[in-house]
Amino acid sequence: MKKKKLATVSLAGCFGCHMSLLDIDERILDLVELVEFDRSPINDIKKFTTRCDIGLIEGACCNEANVHTLIDFRKNCDILVGVGQCAIMGGLPVMRNAIMHSDDPLRECLDEAYLNSKYVYNPSNEIPNDPALPLLLDKVYTCPQVVKIDYQIPGCPPSGDMLWRALTALITGTHFQTSYEYELIKYD
Amino acid sequence: MPKTKVIEIEPLTRVEGHGKVTIHLDEHNNVDDARLHIVEFRGFERFIKGRPYWEVPVIVQRLCGICPVSHHLAASKAMDVIVGAKKITDTAEKMRRLMHYGQMFQSHVLHFFHLCSPDLLFGFGSDLKDRNVIGVIAKHPELATQAVMMRKFGQEIIKVTAGKKIHGTSSVPGGINKNLSIEERDPLLKQIDQMKEWTRGALKIAKDYTVEHLQLAKEFGTFNSSHLSLVREDGALDLYHGNLRAIDANGNIIFDQVDYQKYYNFIMEEVRTWSYMKFPFIKTRGHVDGWYRVGPLSRMNTCGFIDTPEADKALQEFKSVTNGKPNHMSLAYHWARMIEITHCVEKMEELLNDPDLQGTDLLVKGERQAEGVGLIEAPRGTLFHHYKVDENDLVTFCNLIVSTTNNNEAMNRAVKNVATRYLSGQQKITEGMLNHVEVAVRAYDPCLSCATHAIGQMPLKVELYDVNNNLIDEKSKGL
Ligand code: SF4
Repeated sequence: MKKKKLATVSLAGCFGCHMSLLDIDERILDLVELVEFDRSPINDIKKFTTRCDIGLIEGACCNEANVHTLIDFRKNCDILVGVGQCAIMGGLPVMRNAIMHSDDPLRECLDEAYLNSKYVYNPSNEIPNDPALPLLLDKVYTCPQVVKIDYQIPGCPPSGDMLWRALTALITGTHFQTSYEYELIKYD
Repeated sequence: MPKTKVIEIEPLTRVEGHGKVTIHLDEHNNVDDARLHIVEFRGFERFIKGRPYWEVPVIVQRLCGICPVSHHLAASKAMDVIVGAKKITDTAEKMRRLMHYGQMFQSHVLHFFHLCSPDLLFGFGSDLKDRNVIGVIAKHPELATQAVMMRKFGQEIIKVTAGKKIHGTSSVPGGINKNLSIEERDPLLKQIDQMKEWTRGALKIAKDYTVEHLQLAKEFGTFNSSHLSLVREDGALDLYHGNLRAIDANGNIIFDQVDYQKYYNFIMEEVRTWSYMKFPFIKTRGHVDGWYRVGPLSRMNTCGFIDTPEADKALQEFKSVTNGKPNHMSLAYHWARMIEITHCVEKMEELLNDPDLQGTDLLVKGERQAEGVGLIEAPRGTLFHHYKVDENDLVTFCNLIVSTTNNNEAMNRAVKNVATRYLSGQQKITEGMLNHVEVAVRAYDPCLSCATHAIGQMPLKVELYDVNNNLIDEKSKGL
């Protein structure tokens, strides 16, 4: 069987979903027999070198760069999988969208971190404004709000076992089981 | 202004989290400046306000999936203070310690083998195709298998102590919500000798690498700095608890045995307009000279000794390389990390054999406090969590200085040092040369993921220039 090509990325996420993928433990040795990794933070491939069969997305969209990366993944992958709560529902990053009694939560978050704290030394009271920094979005967007996502694997993170099952099903083209034992479907 | 050319390394790979490097070249292709940027913003310090305090140790881990245990425990320690638990029970503290050593072990193994070993095994400028963990699996299958099994062991320790491998839930304000059953313990205890043996092997690889490449290590991202960490009262390395100690570049004490509840009298963070990440500094030394390093290298420099025999022997060897003076080599972080996993495996054995872990006295409470600080030596260095909670149990203030942020200035210096050395004046800049810069960043094992908790700032305006310096596009957001 020809090896499938796999790309992965972490947008605004905590990297826990990537870590959970490593929790497949020894099975990683089998995984590298089944797939060839293209763009991914685990190797040094920074741009797609080829079209990929499967793209795994961790994290939501917090800034412009996240959006561009996600669109790039959609363009270059046949199947796009949202992995984990952040990608699907926004997860922790999305907490900044809803701050009680606030019309501009992002602004409040920024002020808190930089301008209001007495523990910060900022004599100029200036905001970092280097063009190297991507523009932040007004709010955090989930992946399905930006592009079409083909499959979602919920959990924070989904367990290594769950990821292994899902991934092997996608790679070998077998059908995903519809019922799983409790441990695998209990997401927290 | 003279025209400069900017090279970007983005995304940084084989580091955890999100970041990029920009290198500015002048018209002679010499490096004018080089910077490490963190490109994400979370806003945690604001949106945690209004949440009940007992949620915090669980929520806060989502800042970072690589060392979630560190955030889980630092927040718990702060919340111990809030609930007035002056001293948690032995069972609770030992469970937390075991969890922490498991975390330190898996994180260091992951960093050394999965992320960095390709650079050390194949060379900094080696073929891109091999230079990753899959290349290691292909060419050194035995080593790769060991690495996988070692990390797995650390994760299993976390699972039985925290309830879950990533983002556990067991540590709660005032203690812990589970003990360690014999059934959970025994299978782990059986593996400990194997882990010790593999750890010795890993330590040897890291030590031999450094000693054999000492000339390179002395020149590659090496610069004088102060160092900071927690130490035990007797000066021993302590990864879970202690007081703050800082030394200068010559090893002289700047401050020692500082109670971290008042860390803010000693440390402050500077905001600079060109970076998303703040720059912490030691107040008495000022914002220009007060920067310091943290993490495994710093811990080896600040501690007097290690209270487990194999790790202490390794520490003495480590110190002999610099004649007992502080070691300032960025590449020596790898060796220091492997000394720490030696310590962790010794501690894990001790704890797994300790009947206190089966104790049932798990929680204490005392007089409720309004403010609490929790510090821990996380894999990447000292981690600060500071909270205030009101009478309705809701968080009203939060300040975090994550480990990686403490190394911000150091990483920027390492980037500039290595970029200048390997890129200046080159006619053609290759991918391999750029990887040298990444090797320097990687040595710090930056967790750019947690570093983004609050370091973003809205760029007010983004301007795009063409090569002739004409403004071709502009984006702005009114604040
Ligand atoms: S879903 Fe959870 S584990 Fe995955 S990136 Fe988000 S916070 Fe991290």
